[in-house]
Amino acid sequence: MLENYLLIMVSTVLVNNIVLTKILGLCPFMGVSKKLETSISMSAATAFVLTIGSMTSWAINHYLLEPNNLVYLRTLTFIVVIAAVVQFTEMLMQKHFPVLYKMLGIFLPLITTNCAVLGIPLLNAQASYGLVESAFFGFGGAIGFSFVLILFASTRERLEGADVPEAFKGSAIAMITAALMSLAFMGFIGLDR
Amino acid sequence: MLIAILVLILLALIIGLVLGFSSIKFKVKGDPIVEKIDAILPQTQCGQCSYPGCKPYAKAIASGEADINQCPPGGEDGVKALAELMGVEYKPLDESHGITKPKSVAFIDEDTCIGCTLCIQACPVDAILGAAKQMHTIIEKECTGCELCLPPCPVAVNFASLLVQSIALQWRLLKKMPKIGNGNIPFIP
Repeated sequence: MLENYLLIMVSTVLVNNIVLTKILGLCPFMGVSKKLETSISMSAATAFVLTIGSMTSWAINHYLLEPNNLVYLRTLTFIVVIAAVVQFTEMLMQKHFPVLYKMLGIFLPLITTNCAVLGIPLLNAQASYGLVESAFFGFGGAIGFSFVLILFASTRERLEGADVPEAFKGSAIAMITAALMSLAFMGFIGLDR
Repeated sequence: MLIAILVLILLALIIGLVLGFSSIKFKVKGDPIVEKIDAILPQTQCGQCSYPGCKPYAKAIASGEADINQCPPGGEDGVKALAELMGVEYKPLDESHGITKPKSVAFIDEDTCIGCTLCIQACPVDAILGAAKQMHTIIEKECTGCELCLPPCPVAVNFASLLVQSIALQWRLLKKMPKIGNGNIPFIP
């Protein structure tokens, strides 16, 4: 049982990393990775939303959509539910972490449009995971997201001082870095046997 | 078809209830960032930052209107604490707003005070006790060392030549100096 959950975690963090293998959630990946600190807090917020979001969407899928043969409403309802969870997170943060709330600024409501956050519940539903499995899958996805986001932010901070050719400065070299990281993560597919 | 509409309405209703309830529960009174900045500021109310007091300056920092390096009494440590709180780069104190001085309290030379109450009106924290034509005195616990009482004092000569005997308002270093006895020339920071 526990093995199963661990397997889900490892596979979502490394083998099926949502950002670098599934290519989901690239907007915050490129957008918030300029500074290490903001990327860490963004990861925390996304992790919270992803875990809660995948659990609530599992409940809605399991108790509301499937019994009524409304599976075709999945995408619509999941978007609504995720938007609500993000709103809730925003209120919670404004109350308890006002500085973090100000630092994240527009990226906090933008978690709604982070496709990873919608992608994970949809993948959950496709794989017909249970509640705990869904939560682990969501949390694992969030860990994977945080992992690559923090790695990428650290790399980009180093890149600021690196001697980059004029034509590649700024976003260009960041894209190339992301591509190389993606290639490296593809290598983890070899783990899956 | 009908059940789809019903399910969506039900979902919207539940979400609306949850969000409405939590918006009441997590209501933010005032601006917590302003409170946090205000707690870092030294509360001298000296106005050297070009704002009327510490709270207005805190508001200006929170809204991004003012920079974090305009508070001389807070010193470098204050700027560092603000930079950490706001998540911005540390920058040295802007010396156009004044330089950091050792913390001191005002001291009224009771032999020369004429009881004009001008310093009482200038004091932002009501740390001066006295009445018209009566001798004034400083409540040391309340005095923030903002120096706002110095310019209005009619018997204090030029601040640069504070050592002259005919001064009413003088300054004493907090803690470092023993109480100044009669006839001693006080140490001026």
